[in-house]
This record gives sequence, C-alpha cells and structure tokens, in this order.
Amino acid sequence: MNNLITLVAGLMFGTGLLLSGMANPAKVQNFLDLFGTWDPSLAFVMGGAISITMPGYWLVTQRAKPFFNDVFHMPKSTDFDSRLISGATIFGVGWGLGGFCPGPAVTALPLAATGTIIFVIMMLIGMAVAKYFGLWCHRRAWDLAGKTSKM
Amino acid sequence: MQTEFTPLLSLLGGGLIGASAVLLMATNGRISGISGILSRILPPNGASQGVSPSLIFVIGLLISVPVWMLINGQAPVQTVSKNLPLLGVAGVLVGFGSVLGSGCTSGHGVCGISRLSGRSMVATITFMTTAFIVVLLLRHVIGA
Repeated sequence: MNNLITLVAGLMFGTGLLLSGMANPAKVQNFLDLFGTWDPSLAFVMGGAISITMPGYWLVTQRAKPFFNDVFHMPKSTDFDSRLISGATIFGVGWGLGGFCPGPAVTALPLAATGTIIFVIMMLIGMAVAKYFGLWCHRRAWDLAGKTSKM
Repeated sequence: MQTEFTPLLSLLGGGLIGASAVLLMATNGRISGISGILSRILPPNGASQGVSPSLIFVIGLLISVPVWMLINGQAPVQTVSKNLPLLGVAGVLVGFGSVLGSGCTSGHGVCGISRLSGRSMVATITFMTTAFIVVLLLRHVIGA
C-alpha cells in the first residue's frame, strides 16, 4: 500500500512540474532573467507549493509517527555552516547555467533530449562525488579527533 | 526566447507539488527533496536498501511524462539547450552542490521553507541570488 501511495506521490510531483512548465529549462531561466525575458511563473509555482506544504506539514506532524514509518525523518542541523553556503552557491551556478535542477531533470528524462540525458548523468556523478567527499570529511575529522585524544 | 507567464497553471502545478510533499511526509516521514531522494539511492550504500520508497518515488517522477502524453496526446513543451558541454558542467555543479548543501529547490525551497527552517531560507536565498547573477552574466554580459 505504501509503495502505491509513494508511486502516486512521485507521479503528482512530476505532473506538477510538467503542468507548471518547470521541466522546461527555458521557462526556469526566464524567471532567472530579471533584466531580460522575465517570466515570473516560477515564483507562483513555489508560492503554490509552499501554501500547501506549510499547513500540510504542520498538520501531518501532529501525529506521533508517519503512517508507514517509525519516525519523521526531519533534518536536525540548525547551524549555517560552510557546506550549506558553498553547496547552495555551487548548486545555484549549475542551476543558472542549465536551467535544470534534480526534479525537473529526472522528470524530463523520458522526453529524451540529449541535453537532459547528459545533464542527468553528470548530475548523478556529481552527487556521488559529493557523497564520497562528505564521507571523507567525516573520516578525516574522526581521525584528527582520534589523534588528539591519544596525545 | 520568451515564455508565457502562466500564473494559474503555475499555482496549480505548485499546489500539486506541495500536495505530493505532504503525502510523502504523511506516509514515509520524508522530505521530498529530490536531491536527497536521488543521493540516497546512489553509491556508496545506495543499493543496500533494495526497492526503497526513494526509488519508488523516483519511478513515479519518471512515469509522469508517459502518463501526461497518454492524457494529453502530445508531449509537454520544452526547449533544451544543445550546448552539451555546458549542460554537462551544469549537471555536475547541480549534483555536487545539492548534496554538499543538503538540498535543492524542492528540498530547501519548498520543504525547508515550509518547515520554517532558517538553514533552508539561507540556502534558498543563496542559490537564487547566485542563479540570478549567473543568468545575468550568461545572457547579458557574455551574450550566450
């Protein structure tokens, strides 16, 4: 049952992207083109989404736990670290250059534009590299902590 | 190239995205941040989860176009750049940056802001500002 609902959730998300034109990089980049062919649509997409998710999240998390899981997997960090800022900056550069971000790119894959396929392949590589990089940073911090405690 | 401002369709599409996020939280207790969902099924330790809710959500994304075409009889409008090296570079940056920064437009922009997360607000402002500047340079300075 959970699998069916999760599939439907993914389908809803993708359909929302298609309906709003967010899977069209031209429309996204036009939102980002404040001094050119500006298309405000993306702001309305975000506004439309947040207007549902904000009250929805509040309502749903009143429950003790999700329907098909033991806990609500909420992010725990609250500090503004260099990884957040540099990651967001790097992401912003890529997003501006390509007009694609993860959701729209994956959703657009079946349309099989060569550019989309290239973007997604490179995006998955970038993600895997970042994962390994994150693990390496953790391990390095752990090793450094271990070395100082031996002294 | 101009695209049409579509306020109603944008609100509707956004609402659908929002509803999807609420559904995923209600059922699985997960943020529908696509960068997080994708990175979870990638190496290292991606395959160890088997057929996870994350994988199924991604399959849902992937069937959106086929379902759309079944209902509408035609493909959604799309203009993708033919500059493949540019898109390749964009892809790496988006992939690396979203995982390093713990989120993207859906994770931080929609879900994080909806949770009133200060981190997400800062991240969203950061990537929005950066993207605005990049497009300004790309379209109006370099003239690409």
